[in-house]
Formats: sequence, structure tokens, C-alpha cells
Amino acid sequence: LGHGSGGEMTQQLLSTYIQPLFNNAWIDQAHDSATLPWGADRLVFTTDSFVITPLFFPGGDIGKLAIYGTVNDLAMGAAEAKFLSCSLILEEGLPLETLKKVLQSMAVAAEETGVKLVTGDTKVVERGKGDGIYINTSGVGILMDGQPIAPSRIRSGDQILLSGDIGRHGIAVMASREGLDFESALNSDCAPLNSAVSALIRGGVTLHCLRDLTRGGLATALVELAETSGRAIEVEESQIPVGESVQGACEMLGLDPLYVANEGRFVAFVPEESVDLASSILRETQVGSSCAKIGRVTDKTDAQVTLRNNLGCDRLLQRLPGEQLPRIC
Amino acid sequence: MGIERRRIAVRGLVQGVGFRPFVYRLALNCSLSGWVANHSGGVQIEIEGKVGDIDQFLQRLPLEKPPHSLILKLKTEVLAPQASTGFEIHESKVAAEQSTLMLPDLAPCEHCQTELQDPQNRRYRYPFINCTHCGPRYSIVDKLPYDRANTAMSSFPLCAQCQDEYRNPEDRRFHAEPNACPQCGPQLQFCDAHGKVLCIQQEALHETLTSLANGQIVAIKGVGGFQLLVDANNVDALRALRKRKQRPHKPFALLYAALTAVRRDCQVSELEASLLTSSERPIVLLEAKPGVKIDDQVAPGSPELGVMLPASPLHLLLAEKYRAPLVATSGNLAEEPICIDNTEALERLGKIADHFLLHDRRIVRPLDDSVLRVVENRPLMLRRARGYAPLPITQAKLSQQAMAQPFLALGADLKNTVALSHSGWIYPSQHIGDLGSASAFERFGRTIEDLTGLQQRQPHTLIHDQHPGYSSHRWALKQRAPRLEVQHHVAHFFSCMAEHGHSGAALGVCWDGTGYDSSGIVRGGEFLYWDGIAKVEHIASLRTFPLPGGEKAIREPRRAAAGLLYEISGYIALQHRLLKCCFTRSERRNLITMLEGEVNSPLCSSVGRLFDAVAALQGLCSQSSYEGQAAMALEHSARGIQNGDSYPFALNAHGDQWELDWAPCINALIHDEGRSLPQRAAVFHNTLAQMILSVAREMGQPHIFLSGGVFQNRRLTESTSTLLREHGFTVHSHSQVPPNDGGIALGQLHYAHCMAAAGQTSEG
Ligand SMILES: [Fe+3]
Ligand SMILES: [Mg+2]
Ligand SMILES: [Zn+2]
Ligand SMILES: [Zn+2]
Repeated sequence: LGHGSGGEMTQQLLSTYIQPLFNNAWIDQAHDSATLPWGADRLVFTTDSFVITPLFFPGGDIGKLAIYGTVNDLAMGAAEAKFLSCSLILEEGLPLETLKKVLQSMAVAAEETGVKLVTGDTKVVERGKGDGIYINTSGVGILMDGQPIAPSRIRSGDQILLSGDIGRHGIAVMASREGLDFESALNSDCAPLNSAVSALIRGGVTLHCLRDLTRGGLATALVELAETSGRAIEVEESQIPVGESVQGACEMLGLDPLYVANEGRFVAFVPEESVDLASSILRETQVGSSCAKIGRVTDKTDAQVTLRNNLGCDRLLQRLPGEQLPRIC
Repeated sequence: MGIERRRIAVRGLVQGVGFRPFVYRLALNCSLSGWVANHSGGVQIEIEGKVGDIDQFLQRLPLEKPPHSLILKLKTEVLAPQASTGFEIHESKVAAEQSTLMLPDLAPCEHCQTELQDPQNRRYRYPFINCTHCGPRYSIVDKLPYDRANTAMSSFPLCAQCQDEYRNPEDRRFHAEPNACPQCGPQLQFCDAHGKVLCIQQEALHETLTSLANGQIVAIKGVGGFQLLVDANNVDALRALRKRKQRPHKPFALLYAALTAVRRDCQVSELEASLLTSSERPIVLLEAKPGVKIDDQVAPGSPELGVMLPASPLHLLLAEKYRAPLVATSGNLAEEPICIDNTEALERLGKIADHFLLHDRRIVRPLDDSVLRVVENRPLMLRRARGYAPLPITQAKLSQQAMAQPFLALGADLKNTVALSHSGWIYPSQHIGDLGSASAFERFGRTIEDLTGLQQRQPHTLIHDQHPGYSSHRWALKQRAPRLEVQHHVAHFFSCMAEHGHSGAALGVCWDGTGYDSSGIVRGGEFLYWDGIAKVEHIASLRTFPLPGGEKAIREPRRAAAGLLYEISGYIALQHRLLKCCFTRSERRNLITMLEGEVNSPLCSSVGRLFDAVAALQGLCSQSSYEGQAAMALEHSARGIQNGDSYPFALNAHGDQWELDWAPCINALIHDEGRSLPQRAAVFHNTLAQMILSVAREMGQPHIFLSGGVFQNRRLTESTSTLLREHGFTVHSHSQVPPNDGGIALGQLHYAHCMAAAGQTSEG
């Protein structure tokens, strides 16, 4: 199960089982989407599957996630999503009403993000062999900008912008799934990121790399980027926005918000001279109103992420080995 | 009677300890001629004279050897007499194989202390005075051989007078590599928090004392790193230090000027006194005398005080002049390694210290103050660093098979130490710290380079913990070397066996807070059986209970309490009055949800967490700010109670495993209205000892080894040992390496050696 957590085991699965078998220049980009040469345009292609319990949670549902997820993965490759496919795997006995609500939600999300859902497929599996609905979406988009945006473009001195406060999605889903009860209601951060990205590009910001934060949270995303770029990243704990209710819930649950999932947040690596422009543009967008400068890429070559905490101590961030395991003796 | 000649090769720690001048004097005293010289891995001697005189020499050599020397091997050869006259000390030859034994840092000797106080002496009040019998060693060595040029003293050319002492075999400073005086040696500087030099030398000392008297925090450059000093009697200063260091409760150590002063405030046994005054100068945990005038801020809620005597002339000068005990705590941020460099210290400690007492002698590697406690009238190491590192653990002799290749053990991630084995000895590193911190992890890498560099051995096999999230484990995966994974509690068990040079069949009681094994259960109440040949079996464990919040539950004993009661009685447990007072209603509601939904609530079999839970249920500690706080509160609470009772418990068979069920004990404990809190705490300790006895009886194995952080608890260790001995068992516990994770590296090595030996046996 841990192989899907987005932590270390996912990485192992990818590098030991998948990449060696499907050896080509594009899979090795190790990014959420692949940029492909196609005539005059450059196509960007991505796919994602959505599995979540519960199907409806505060602030969203699986349908929205399925559209936003793929649109966001394309946006992280600086591509404008154009066409989507959608494949549904339904569990026998799923109320039609539920299916209808999910589809409606997908339609609204597609409309909102300007993407066309052009092909699809439906399969039904026996009762008990699925969690209601699984959705896979694939998407094709067109590069918005001439500049490639990828982990390999990360340079020392780059500043790291985080688009907003972290951890809402993971906590909202967990709270509604488990029936946890926190002081203030919490909504998932699930949101489309394409308009924020296009605003940055239209505004003339030089972008080196974009990454949406999903499973594994901010920490895992940064560790992955440090490893693929081969550079050391430093972040300041005090600069990372965490909402009060997420903080409270994490304290109760014993979770570290840095590792909690998000569905509408991203980090942008921009050169020093672009950072002020980028944050002023982001601040004007819906998803970026609470954006923050959280750290930078250093000139050290060890591929690691250090978090400077409020005491002034540096902690090394790691991928989680499967679930969070206590270390203290 | 005829004249004979002998050649004697002495191997061991015999360089840099005044061994050659000793041989010189002894030879002259025995009317022998010949010479002595440093030689490959030791000292070589040739003596010529009457047979009776030679015999006398050979007899007296090991008996009268210099105090810090260590003779591992003595080989004598008969030569033809050469009619030599006089005795000479030959200059060192650069030998092919250098000795890799090196001395730890030594506290000032009697002679140096006398000179330090003598206004007529040219080193009067000079804080860097030393001689062949004392002074800095490991903390200043860059590389071997141990010559001045290879130490931090290389930048201080000797003045003519010091040079004379250094060259004169009759002088106490003959070949004293760190020899120095006020004319040629290191100097003090007193600085503000920004590093601006305010004054130097004697004035710097004076200003430090004034600053301390004014209630300020002074960071001083000690032997193995920086320390933060404040007046132990100044409550405001103590509060300021606690606040700035963000260390609300963890006890501070106290620096006293002399043993007599310590005796005024603490109970000091003969053994404790000898540890305090030993040249290692560790911190010793002592029982405070009733009514002692030490502020509670020093060690909040603890009847014990960590006490040390001056480890260097600088500390001696400060402590003697100040007359009051000073708090001396490590100069670091949280769990980071201590600062050793002036610039680094100013940067890291600038927000904590008001002033800095610096000097210009480099510290080559950080060496924390070592910490000991006396248990069962034996020293028990709690943190092994300054004064002890880099000496090998001599009991842990290796088998022939294991000597073939050097092994490197990477230890555990908390209280990390690493250890290298080669040529029959195990060399544990000093305490490194928590590898979760970036600087400790960097230090981990440098310590490995340091250890393998000084020992001139590249490890063949790496041995590490199984925990996949450990930085040491990840580090091992990145090296291209054969690896061996050792389960955490197996390493604890073998660590204790290593100390006793034991490798035969044995029962291991491994009780600690957390150790990883592949079951997914957070382990820590384990019983292991080693067959003495090739196999370790897990034979018994504590009944598991959930820890709501995972790692968070380690810092909040109240969560362990909730998990424990939940395990007994389900959700109703959260209505228990003992939990109602530690949690709000909404917290309790969420806890039930977490426990029922198994949300971040891993199961544990940990005695460390059982202690936490009991401490919380007894109202002693519901949230802890440092490791072991709750367990210590429980141990301290039972202080002075003589009571042999125990609570009921059950030992149940589960397949081929035993399970110790604590539930009857906890039920009895929480309903035990008849006993006072200290009585209940004592009876709880007894119950744990009875639990160990019950498993020991089932196994029938006579050799029992106690290891794991839980056995830092004096009461538990003593009552368990006594009980087991009464029933005919042989009980072994730690002494030279900590029972906590600081001892893991030694155990990993011993296990690897036993496996290597087993491999050899089975192959041929
Ligand atoms: Fe342990
Ligand atoms: Mg994705
Ligand atoms: Zn001396
Ligand atoms: Zn001199």
C-alpha cells in the first residue's frame, strides 16, 4: 500500500520497475507530464488516476479532483490543457444519483478550466472490488511559453514560492473520512492552477520549475525536486503558511503538515530577479492570495532539503519511508 | 652473576603518556643500560645488566607504568650483551605501522594544579598549562602519529624555555605535545555577543567572572566544545538560559570547584567521588542532600543533580574563583552537536550568550561532556564522549575470524555513535547526537572519516539498523560496500554482551522506547534468545497497545496513557477520571476516533511508553519536554521506598512466543487507593522486575543481559538484578557504554562479528 503514498516506496516502484522497462527520453524527465515534439506545437501529455474515500468531502469531490488533477499536472509543465479523456471504473451497486453528481461536478470543473472532455470509457467491477468510483483522466495540452519548465532548469540562487497555505486537503479528507471533529470546519484546497500559471507566464515571469503538491505534501515534493535537480534546497519553517485549523488538527493527529496532501497548491522556482514580480502576480490570483517565499536553492551540490526551524536548527527533510514511523527511542 | 641483554616490545597505549621517560628512570633505578624508543605501534626497549636487575625491571614495568598508559602486549627477546653504558631515549623513528591508540583528554594533574596556583611559577594562572600526564589530547589531534605538528598546537611555536622542557627527559614536559606557556601558547579573549574582543588573558578571566556574577550567560570554549555558563544561584539567569535555549525542564549540569564543595550539596559515595575526580572528569548524577540550596530551575522536580569537577585548567580557574557552583550546559542549539569553532559559536549561540570567553587553540572535533550514574555500585555510562573517546572497549575482544576485516557500525539515529573494529579491538566514536538535525548528520559523516582516517582502516562491511527512515540506514544504502542490517533490540542485546566479552548462549532483556522491526509494531519490551552459535530468536514481548498520534505520543505521555487504557477497556477508557484531567472533551472525542479508526495510532510493545503511560496516569507527567522525563519522574517518585510488593500480571503463550500482559498490573495500580503515590511507583517497578523473572524462569537460561534505555533507571536495574540473582541467574548490565541507543553501534559490531564467526564455522 505504501507504494502509492508518494513517499520513498513510490519512488522505488518507479525507478526499479517502471523506468527500466519503458526506457525513453520522455519518461526519464521524471516530471508529472511529458513534453512531446509534434509539428510546430509542443504537446504536453499526462495521465492520472483518482482513488479517494470519501467520494465527497468538504470543498470538493472525486469528479473535481479528476479534472483539476490532470489540468494541474499539465499546468506544471507550463501547458494549457486542451483535451481530456476520462475512464470510469464503477463498483456494482453505486447509486446512480452519486454517479450523476460526480459527472456534473466534472462538467462544471471542465467548463471552469476551459478543457474539453472528448473521449471516455466505463467499466463496472463486482461489488466489493472498488470504492464506488475510480477515475482515470488523461490530458493533452499545448505549451504556453517557449521556455521549458522542468526540474532540470532549477539553478542555484532560485527562490522558492509556495502558492498558499498547506495541508487543507489531506486534513479535510481525513477528518470527513474518520469522523474527526475539529474546532473550525476545514475545506480541501482542491483548485485548478492553470490560470495562476498562465498569469505568471503572461506577466513575463521567468519560471524554472513548477510542481503541484499532492500526496506526500510539500516536503516530498521538495525532496523529489532536490534529487532530480541534484541541488540543495533550504526552506524556513516560519515562512511556510499553515492555517490555524490545519495546525491544530495536525497537532491532534500527530502529523507533520509538511507531509500532508494538497490538491490546489504548487511551488514555483524562479530566479531571484523574478521573485517579487512573481509573488505580486500570484497574490492577485484566486489560488495564490496567501503565497509566500519559503526558501531558496543553494550552491551546494548535495541533493537534500534542509528545514530551518524556529530555534534556528536545521533539520533534514526526507521522503517518508511508507507510513510515518516513530524514530525516537 | 652474568650480564644479559633483553629487547622488549611493548604494544598498547604507550606513546604520548610519558612512557619513555618512565622507562628511562626505571632503567637507571634498576642500574641497567640500553635505550628506549617509540616504535611501530608501541615502544621498544633494550636493557642490559645483571639478571636480577633485569627481572626487577620487568616486574616493575607493568606495575609502575604511567597512569594513562595501557599495555596490551609485552614481548621479550634475549640478545647478546653489548657491554653498553648509560641509558638513552632515542628519537622516534617514523615506523611503518603507527600506533592507532590515542589518549582521551585528561584533566589537570596534581603537579599542574600546584603550578597553576603558585605565583612564583611561570605558568601561574595560565589556563592552558599541561604536561605529559594531563591536558588536551583527542580534542586537538588532527592526525597520527601524535606529534605537535599534527595537533592544533602546530600554530604555536615553542619558546626557548618550553622547548627545553620538551627536550629534557628529566622534565615532566618531556615530549608533552601540547606544552605551552603564557609567552608562546594559546591566549584567552573575552568578547561580546557579536565577537568584538573586549579584553584578553587574565583580564578576560576576570571579566568572565564579573559577567557571571552579574547574572549573564557566558559561552566558554571548553575542552571538546563550547559550554554555556551561568551562576547556579541566580534564578533570573537560569530562567533566561532556559528561555533562550528553549529548554524548559531538562536538567542542567553543575560545575563545582572541588569535591568538598560537592559533598556539601550531594551524597557522594566513594565510587562516585573517584569518578568525579578521575582524569576523565565526567558529569556524575548524584543525589542532592535534603534541603540543599540549589534552585529548582537547575533540575526541575529532580532529586538528582548532574555534577562535574573542572576538566581543564580554564574550568579550574573559573570554578575556584567563582566559589559558587556554576551551571555548565552544552553550547548548542537543541539537539545539534556542540559548537567547536569560534565563528560558528558566535553565530549559533549569539542569541543565547551575553558574552564569549574564546581562545585561539582549535578544537578538532566536538566532544560532549560524558555522563555517568552509579548503579549497583558500578559506574553506568549514560553518554560516552570527552575523557573516554577514543579508547577501545577492551572487554569486547574479537574472535580470530572477526579480525580479518575492519567493520564499521553506524549506530542508531538518536544518540548516534559509530564504531569501527579492526585488529581485535572495537573503537566506538564519541556521542554524535540526533541525526535528524542537518549538522549532526554532517558530523556523522565527518566522524566516520575521522575514525577510519585515524585508524587508517577502510571498513569492509557496513552494519546498520533496520529502520528504513534512519538517516544512517539511508547513508549505508548510498555506499558501495557490503551491508549487514541488525534489528535494533538485537543490537542492544549484543552491546551488553560485548561489554562483558560474552558470546555464548544468553537471554537478552531489551527494554527501550522505540525500535524498528518488520512487524510494523513499535517495539521496546523485547526478550531475545541467542543460541551462542548463529541464531537470535524473539521469544517474548510486552502486550501491545496503541499510541494515538504516533511520534507525538512520545512527547505526550498522556497519549500513551490513553492508548493503554483504551487497550484494556475500549472507548469507555476515555471517560476515566485519570484521562479526563489530561485532555479536553474535544481532544478525548478525537482520540477515540483516532483509536477506533486506527488513524496514526501504531501499536507498540514498548516499556518506555508503558512508563510514560503510568507516569501520566499517576499525574506525574502528562507532556514531556525531553526524553525520559516521565520515566525519571516515576523513578524519582519511588525514591527511598522500601517495599517488596508487586502488582499482578500475566505471562501468556501466543504460539511460540510469550506475551507479558500488563493489564492486571495497570488495573490494580489505578485502583490502588491504599498506597501512596511513591508506594505505587515502587510497586510498579517491582512488578516489572517480576515480569523479567517470569520470562527468565520459562527460558531457564542462566546468563541474562539487560539493555535498552529503560535500564538507565537505577531502581529498575537494581531490583531486577537482585531478584534474578536471588533466583540463581547471572545478570549482566552495562557499564562502559550506555544502555541507551548510544550503545547500539557496539552491539551491531559484536553481532556482525558473531555472525562472521558463525559463517566461518559452518563453512569449514
Ligand atoms: Fe533503543
Ligand atoms: Mg498527478
Ligand atoms: Zn600535568
Ligand atoms: Zn613557552
